[in-house]
Amino acid sequence: MMPDDMIDKLIDITAVRHSYRTASGPLPVLDGLELSVPEGGFVAVVGPSGCGKSTLTRLVAGLLIPDEGEVRVHGTRITAPRSNVGMAFQNPVLLEWRTILQNVLLPLEIVPNKLSRAEARDRARRLLALVGLDGFEDKRPSELSGGMKQRASLCRALIHQPEVLILDEPFGALDAFTREDLWQTMHKVKAEEPFTGVLITHDLRESIFLADRVVVLSSRPARTQFVLDIPDTGLRTLDDLYTPEAAERLNILRHQIEVAQGRTPAGDAA
Amino acid sequence: MKARQIIVPLVAVIVFLIAWEALVWIMGWPNYKMASPSDLIPAYERYWGLFLTMGWQTLWRTVAGLVLAVIFGVALGMVMGFSRTMRDALYPLLVGFNAVPKATVVPIVALMFVGWHDFNTVLIAFMISFFPIAVSVSIGLSTLEPEYRDILRSLGASQATIFWKIALPKTLPEFFGALKVAVTLAFIGTNLMEIVSPHGRGLGALFDSGKTNSDYPLMFAVLIALAFLGIVLYYIVVALEKTFAGWADRTV
Ligand SMILES: Nc1ncnc2c1ncn2[C@@H]1O[C@H](COP(=O)(O)OP(=O)(O)OP(=O)(O)O)[C@@H](O)[C@H]1O
Ligand SMILES: [Mg+2]
Repeated sequence: MMPDDMIDKLIDITAVRHSYRTASGPLPVLDGLELSVPEGGFVAVVGPSGCGKSTLTRLVAGLLIPDEGEVRVHGTRITAPRSNVGMAFQNPVLLEWRTILQNVLLPLEIVPNKLSRAEARDRARRLLALVGLDGFEDKRPSELSGGMKQRASLCRALIHQPEVLILDEPFGALDAFTREDLWQTMHKVKAEEPFTGVLITHDLRESIFLADRVVVLSSRPARTQFVLDIPDTGLRTLDDLYTPEAAERLNILRHQIEVAQGRTPAGDAA
Repeated sequence: MKARQIIVPLVAVIVFLIAWEALVWIMGWPNYKMASPSDLIPAYERYWGLFLTMGWQTLWRTVAGLVLAVIFGVALGMVMGFSRTMRDALYPLLVGFNAVPKATVVPIVALMFVGWHDFNTVLIAFMISFFPIAVSVSIGLSTLEPEYRDILRSLGASQATIFWKIALPKTLPEFFGALKVAVTLAFIGTNLMEIVSPHGRGLGALFDSGKTNSDYPLMFAVLIALAFLGIVLYYIVVALEKTFAGWADRTV
């Protein structure tokens, strides 16, 4: 368990409130959002569709400044994008005119770094091998399957060794088998290239398999409704999803989602 | 493969010329009604020098108009692609401007800058061809998925970096599509002005002189020369497209 008064909070979001300005007036999206992630932690965020999860990732990346409250990374208040994040989305957004290797190298063309050209390429090759894409370095994105594109997109998000990895439903568009493959890849990557991560997902099994903490957001405007810690039991395998503990956690989370959606009153037992 | 790419179109052209010759022969048309390919050869022989100088006139003016159209069209497209307000402000103006038939603008411009024949011609070629370029660039930029922008912005990239690394290359396929249309339009613009201007030069003027002298084979010969120039320019654009936006071609 991670105590709440943990000092080494790498990401720390307190009392965040945010509205979008739309044609029909302000649309409150976040209201009373609290979230903290310790260094090396991996937090999954689940919540009803349209509740403000992607907005949360944009706040952490500095792409959006909250109306109220603050977002801190390493104790520094985020007021503009900084180069210390890596992002991957449901849409892999690879650049079609570049090879896979050149796509992975893109962040190093922007973020100041000490790597030589050869070192950068070596690192990109190593990351690609880690996610099972060795031999595809010189292919174009159009020659890759959806799952492979997502793997490449993950490498691009990690190439500059970001302090924070932000994943916004990266496996949402993949079929079940490919998705489970990628979950295992994620564990492998985390072991080799430790990162602090925020994972947005709609898949509760994915959240308990990958993260060490699951945060349930309420419906829009989102506030932190529920937090579930997943104890560290060493290396996880897909079999761990079929244990009584896993079933219990899934049940709790499912109940919390129903509460968030307003389908079940909060008091009812799961 | 390579030989096939040359032979197939060549055969198509020859078949077309034979069919044309045959049609004129079967119908028994006199050459003031419809000249045949065999009438054209003497016309080219007689006016070979004129065809070279006039063809050059038409070509450089068209290309100059196109270059201006690309510079202005891309700039305008960028302004409209990046700013919602500018898009709302400029679109109606642009559409209105484009809706005016250029044949009616030609005599006005010809009178406005009377005596500046080169300037007039380049101006019309430019006016008629920048529209598709501006529209394609603005659509290409404004439909860029936000995730592309976010990937770079989250790394602290400037707007200029985002433009060079992502927005520009991503817009290239649409840009070249528009440029192919613009090439044809620019030719129309150049020729309209060359035909309308008194004491004009260029293939349009040669066409006009054919008309005044009732030299019908000459007029047809000019049309063929224009088609030839059009094809050459078009394929130059195709070659540029292959070089800079070949990645977008999924048929290979
Ligand atoms: N730029 C914007 N301008 C106005 N409204 C926006 C903007 N971006 C998002 N919204 C609205 O804010 C709300 C939250 O959006 P957000 O994308 O954060 O939700 P989400 O939880 O990620 O949704 P999903 O589960 O579908 O991915 C939605 O209702 C959305 O329509
Ligand atoms: Mg979302």
